[in-house]
Amino acid sequence: MAIDMSQFYQVFFDEAKEHLDNMESLLLALDVNNPSLDDLNAIFRAAHSIKGGSGTFGFTDMTEVTHVLETLLDRLRKEELHLTSEMVDAFLAAGDVLRTQLEHHQGGPEADATAIADVCARLGVLASGEAPAADAAQADISADAIASAGGQAYRVECPLSPEIAGNPQSIDNLIAGLGELGTIQVEHRPSPADPRLVAIIATDRNAEGLRDTLDFYASGDDIAIHPVGAAQAGQDEDPGYGFFVEIPGHAGPASASAETEGFGFFDDAPGAPVEPAKPAVIEDEGFGLFVDAPGTAHVASASPIPGAVKPAAAPAATKSAAPGKPAPSTPGGGASTAESSIRVAVEKVDQLINLVGELVITQAMLAQSTQHLEGAEAERILAGIDLLSRNTRDLQESVMSIRMLPMSMVFSRFPRVVRDLAGKLGKQVELKTSGENTELDKGLIERIADPLTHLVRNSLDHGIETPDKRLAAGKPAKGTISLKASHQGGNIIIEVVDDGAGLNRDRILDKARERGLAVHDGMSDQEVWQLIFAPGFSTAEVVTDVSGRGVGMDVVKRNIEEMGGRVELHSATGHGTRTVISLPLTLAILDGMSVGVGGETYIVPLTLVVESLQPNAEDIKTIAGEGRVVSIRGEYLPLIPLGAVFNLDSALDNPTQGIVMVVEVENGKAALFVDELLGQHQVVIKSLESNYRKVQGVSGATIMGDGRVALILDIAAVARMGLQINRNKYGQAPIGLAA
Amino acid sequence: MEQSELNTAASNEYLTFVLGREEYGIDILKVQEIRGYEAPTTIANAPAFIKGVINLRGVIVPIIDMRIKFNLGEPSYDQFTVVIILNIADRVVGMVVDGVSDVIQLSADNLRPAPDFSSTLDTRYIVGLGTIDQRMIIVVDIEKLMTSHDMALVEEAAAA
Repeated sequence: MAIDMSQFYQVFFDEAKEHLDNMESLLLALDVNNPSLDDLNAIFRAAHSIKGGSGTFGFTDMTEVTHVLETLLDRLRKEELHLTSEMVDAFLAAGDVLRTQLEHHQGGPEADATAIADVCARLGVLASGEAPAADAAQADISADAIASAGGQAYRVECPLSPEIAGNPQSIDNLIAGLGELGTIQVEHRPSPADPRLVAIIATDRNAEGLRDTLDFYASGDDIAIHPVGAAQAGQDEDPGYGFFVEIPGHAGPASASAETEGFGFFDDAPGAPVEPAKPAVIEDEGFGLFVDAPGTAHVASASPIPGAVKPAAAPAATKSAAPGKPAPSTPGGGASTAESSIRVAVEKVDQLINLVGELVITQAMLAQSTQHLEGAEAERILAGIDLLSRNTRDLQESVMSIRMLPMSMVFSRFPRVVRDLAGKLGKQVELKTSGENTELDKGLIERIADPLTHLVRNSLDHGIETPDKRLAAGKPAKGTISLKASHQGGNIIIEVVDDGAGLNRDRILDKARERGLAVHDGMSDQEVWQLIFAPGFSTAEVVTDVSGRGVGMDVVKRNIEEMGGRVELHSATGHGTRTVISLPLTLAILDGMSVGVGGETYIVPLTLVVESLQPNAEDIKTIAGEGRVVSIRGEYLPLIPLGAVFNLDSALDNPTQGIVMVVEVENGKAALFVDELLGQHQVVIKSLESNYRKVQGVSGATIMGDGRVALILDIAAVARMGLQINRNKYGQAPIGLAA
Repeated sequence: MEQSELNTAASNEYLTFVLGREEYGIDILKVQEIRGYEAPTTIANAPAFIKGVINLRGVIVPIIDMRIKFNLGEPSYDQFTVVIILNIADRVVGMVVDGVSDVIQLSADNLRPAPDFSSTLDTRYIVGLGTIDQRMIIVVDIEKLMTSHDMALVEEAAAA
């Protein structure tokens, strides 16, 4: 217990403030008549975290307020009480009180004691409303006694050390000491033969307080403290420093033993099959240093407790459940989890990433300048440089992974969006998400949220039909929207799939004609779907407040393209629509192919390169005299001469002497004609705009191994520019991109 | 822009450099460093006076040749060609000149207003004309010039 907690104060303050903000926004968004259990749980968790934290740091005033708050919330989320707007008001008031208390601990003015008392009283009254009497059947101590002690009854079981067990005086002292905490009823008095102390204690202390007292008499690891009696109402009193798995649907005396204070990671009742990685509720507690997303890997690494998550081999389970086996004592358990994550300012991480980027460049420079060396000494140097490059790559990967966040950060907002919107539109929709653990760069996570929200809303509004329409079409009344995230090569693929009506080809074509877009009936489906991305395009018959104003898909597409990603639409009328977004893993690094054109070096993003080849003269065809196409395995691809696009006079003009790269561009492919291929690199993307301006056809710059700057091509823009050149030069319709 | 004018007026130390046969002065506080010329990476479809970008210790810096911008003869690049790295409006920009000559002190009273005649260098960007040892120094508000629309260095929106 000798840890100086004050060093963690700031973390607690930040964390508590965040929880309060979170709680408030959740409360404000709460639908009083139909509160979502998720939200109630989230609010409860926020309150619970503040309580746990304030308890740990000894800010008892806050603990008291959060405790009452939590009691009411707990009953709400167990649906023992119905939410009223009065309660929401009381919660908000309590939030304000907590805020003032928090400020006080940070050196602000003293919190108004009457306000605190007032709020506590309000919450207390609300919590006692229409409450069934707490069921104290299991304990001999009556509910009244518990209530008068202002807290909770615990069944304490601990084997005492032999010296104490053999000394009646010490046992008396211990029992008297425990009695001071509240009411104690001894079930088994320790004796030298059986040194266990079994007692039921009703106290206003939490389990941790009891543990502290007992620590003097027994080794902390062996103390088992289970809430009993009022456990139904207060079973989440655990100021757990770890994770607490709550399997939904368990209740009653049998599981009381599972309500152990969670310093570790507990299984449910002995022998019960445990779902390993599906914690229904993770009581993210303590210093708030946990990653919110539940993940097996994280859990496993964070729990030093033996036999924790294992699908209960019987002995292990019995051990952990019956004598309350594990739980490294308080400070140890708290500290070890606390150290498993730290909060760091994003700027620091970015600075680190930049520095590593520099290191990568320096390393590449070294590698390049030493590659011509020869001899025995050179061999040693080269071996060292090899090692350096490997280490640098590892370092870079680890540093990049700091910025990676799971997709659940984005997905978590959708259940509510879908629920609210479905309610508003009178539709029945189920949301399925998968791949929440797929990690994506923080910057991308933040920027993908809006486009995704848009797509989901679109699916709901335009895609999913009303229940009667669905039934008429022979589909289940309840529509499904799935959000999936997965890795594919160097990309993240995010899919929004609905089983709704799908896109209506004729209607899109009609609308496009109305808007004067160049369309014809012979267009492929893929081309037709692309029309949706035209600015101001909407096929909604009625403009609702949800969608239909036509400000949407074009913005979605632009946002995603700005992130270096692409959107694809697949749709089958009557069966649904699938929108596929592919994004680069990160904004900072790119796998690129360097190409030489007219003495300059450019980088082509490797993800867009399909193949490279040297065409034969007979594969180069012209259309109407000049617009050139390349025939590659029966496909005619427009030839985009990079040299001409960038006005580089010294570039080759004859494709048969250079190289043609088949690249993926918007819904098709194009043949990019360059002089030569130079190599493949991982490049650090640098902004051209920080000191200069946006350059058409260029998405950024990088520094090559020799220290020179190379520009990274924006292939889509280059393709457009190439087609534009053809159009301007020859005054004819552009050659469409081969689908 | 008013801010930069105030700054110019307050700090009266100028770095002078030569372009052709003319001598220019810029606020020395805007100068980050002076370095030799290295061939930059050209930027496609950029105006001729934008030579390209260089890697300045990991930062991508655009290089402008003032001799081309001001139509001062055929520029040559040799070991004496100098690049003045400027720090203006939170950006880093390199400026190729024929040579750097001096750091001079000029007080506001020593500056004569430039006569208003049409030239490639708009009088808007000229703070005044100073005289040192019979030499005329054209004192330029380099920040205003570099962020101006016709330098095409910054996005239209930023320049407006």
